[in-house]
Amino acid sequence: MTAEIGHFALILALLMATVQATLPLIGAHKGYESWMATARPAAVTQFGLVAISFGCLTQLYLTSDFSVLNVVQNSHTAKPLIYKIAGVWANHEGSLLLWVLILSLFGSAVAVFGSNLPPKLRARVLSVQAMIAVGFYLFMLLTSNPFERIFPAPINGQDLNPLLQDPGLAIHPPMLYLGYVGFSMAFSFAIAALIEGRVDAAWARWVRPWTLAAWCFLTGGITLGSWWAYYELGWGGWWFWDPVENASFMPWLAGTALLHSSTVVEKRDTLKGWTILLAIVAFSLSLLGTFLVRSGVLTSVHAFATDPARGVFILALLIIVIGGSLALFAWRAPALVSTGVFQPLSREGALLLNNLIMATATAAVLLGTLYPLLLDAVGGGKVSVGAPFFNAVFIPLMVPMIAAMAVGPMLSWKRADLKPALMRLKVAALAAGAIMIAAWALVTDGPVMGVVGIGLAGWLFAGTCVELADRLRLFKAPLADSLSRLRRTPRAAWGMTLGHLGLAITIAGMTGAGAWRTESIQAMKPSDTVTVAGYTFTFDGASGGKGPNYSITEGTFRVFKDGQPVVTLNPEKRIYMVSKRPTTEAAIHTTFFGDLYAVVGDQDPSGAYVTRLYFNPLVAWMWAGVIIMVTGGCLSLTDRRHRIGAPAKRSVQNAAAQAAGA
Amino acid sequence: MKRKHKRLTFVAIALLLLGAATALVLSAFEDSIVFFQSPTDLAEKKVADGKRVRLGGLVEEGSVKKTGDAITLFRVTDLKNTVTVSYKGLLPDLFREGQGVVAEGRLKAGVFNADEVLAKHDETYMPPEVADALKKSGQWQGQDKETNKKSEKLY
Repeated sequence: MTAEIGHFALILALLMATVQATLPLIGAHKGYESWMATARPAAVTQFGLVAISFGCLTQLYLTSDFSVLNVVQNSHTAKPLIYKIAGVWANHEGSLLLWVLILSLFGSAVAVFGSNLPPKLRARVLSVQAMIAVGFYLFMLLTSNPFERIFPAPINGQDLNPLLQDPGLAIHPPMLYLGYVGFSMAFSFAIAALIEGRVDAAWARWVRPWTLAAWCFLTGGITLGSWWAYYELGWGGWWFWDPVENASFMPWLAGTALLHSSTVVEKRDTLKGWTILLAIVAFSLSLLGTFLVRSGVLTSVHAFATDPARGVFILALLIIVIGGSLALFAWRAPALVSTGVFQPLSREGALLLNNLIMATATAAVLLGTLYPLLLDAVGGGKVSVGAPFFNAVFIPLMVPMIAAMAVGPMLSWKRADLKPALMRLKVAALAAGAIMIAAWALVTDGPVMGVVGIGLAGWLFAGTCVELADRLRLFKAPLADSLSRLRRTPRAAWGMTLGHLGLAITIAGMTGAGAWRTESIQAMKPSDTVTVAGYTFTFDGASGGKGPNYSITEGTFRVFKDGQPVVTLNPEKRIYMVSKRPTTEAAIHTTFFGDLYAVVGDQDPSGAYVTRLYFNPLVAWMWAGVIIMVTGGCLSLTDRRHRIGAPAKRSVQNAAAQAAGA
Repeated sequence: MKRKHKRLTFVAIALLLLGAATALVLSAFEDSIVFFQSPTDLAEKKVADGKRVRLGGLVEEGSVKKTGDAITLFRVTDLKNTVTVSYKGLLPDLFREGQGVVAEGRLKAGVFNADEVLAKHDETYMPPEVADALKKSGQWQGQDKETNKKSEKLY
């Protein structure tokens, strides 16, 4: 019964979305206010219906109803409660349901909190949102119904892939989806603005918080995934340029560019067409990401051939959304008039440069990700495009961008002088130089890129600090004056500062973990010792144990540095009882300068265990940097002008701070 | 600067970036794209020693030998030809005799030295490259539908 209620609610949601996609749009065109007014209740009702549907699927998982195919394929009675819940979205059908749940949640948020939006714009935005929803409902109902029954019902389920039975991965997909779907708001606003033929500062102030929120979630989601790969896969790596990772990274790149260009629209009333285009691209890449990961096309283009209905539907949906919105853009964008003019050397110019580089990098990642698919589709043979390609293309593109990133915030709007900005950055250049020399002296045999990366991180960090000190007139004005400036700095400006500082720390972490890691693979018998990066690991053997739904082999390493005990590491190898699938649980000890990372493997005939021991420098910096970036994003989100949807009052005192805000 | 000139500046920067990116992509493609080969391909085509390739097939039953020093020797087969693979390190959790496997590395004097072994799917799943290799050698018995259903679940 629950399955049928869920299914029925989903059909009703489709009907409600169809109404919401048409009536308000026509109403806005013809000026029928009553038609436009249907948008808000329709959006809220649609959300209610999807919530019922999602609740039903969750209930089916909680009660382990094995008459439903989806539950059979992804659950088991012996699974802990949290993974029964996570199982709802850890599969193709359920994840789509989560997707539309978030989509309709955001739509109803516009309906409820959008009282200060112009009614026509609101009606059109909600209509476009509903159009996206219609596509997804049809896709689910026609090809991927999560409520499909199975007869006869099996006694127990096939269980969830044990790799996915992990707290990090339980919340990773919802975070990513909040990000992907957040860009759908920027997209809907962009399409509505194209239909209307008008983009202004008020529009940008509406788009910005959605983009910012989406960006925060996406950043968090990607990092959670990376963190999961780091501790769960047991390879000591945190980013593999895997197509699945790229699928979420591309919208992030485009979204980051959008975040910066929407600032220009808001403050300077220019770059409108470009911002609209970025909004379309960011959402298109989110759609592509959702489908790339969920359709199985990445493992093989033949996934399309084996389930043609799904494949054709996805292709059609992508073509309609991407093609349609780009066509609309080509037709309507010339109508968007920008009033702000600026010199190439200015804050706008710097932000545009950032955008151009981000867009190029996105295109390069897209090419590398899709190339194997395209080649295979035309029968050109099977290839894999791996990390070497992406590192060779992506890193050189990022170097000039990070270098320019410290300078950009120092430039004034409209027209700027490079020389004084560079003069003020002298301190940053000195700091970067000192850090590079220190890094080179510490790790004499490391690659050159390691020194360059650390130097860039230092440059960006110090440059951002200089900009902040400048803005507060630190050491130039009395301390009390600086303090009062500190208090009056708008939160959005803090967002920029924290975002850039966080990125600098993350880059330092990535450089350390990427360039300077030490790895040692060997077979060890009890009481064998191995030294990795100055740490001595003593193997004390392995013992058996039992977890809730798996059995364990647990190894013990005692780690010493200079004869002093540091920590005892207990990596595990688990065998899940239902699926008989093994997983590796690395043991990680985090210190300020790096992670000690140990993995224990199988026993060989002589009784020795294969072990992998790593010293991964600065890994914690990566995670810390991301936390700082996301904190900056959240802080910016609470800025006054986003809360009330109007520009902050300009007063003489905070004019300077305003000018610095991003 | 005139408006037209300003626009030209940005167009020039964009073109420069695009040119640089294209150059980077092309040179990276040259060096870092890895082709997939089956054991039969390796036996017949005589892939040059030292060229980096991906080898896919089934791990032959009873062929896995762990030697000292964390090195594992095993044979990969497409049920027509076989290649001996040598790998140092921890095999992935889903590595099993009789199951599909993809190894990346170089052929040297008849032995495939793998530096990466992928078997990241569950036991009923077969990497598509492996399935293709088996189809080519006429030994395929599985059903496509099932394998693709499973592959979704990993992510």
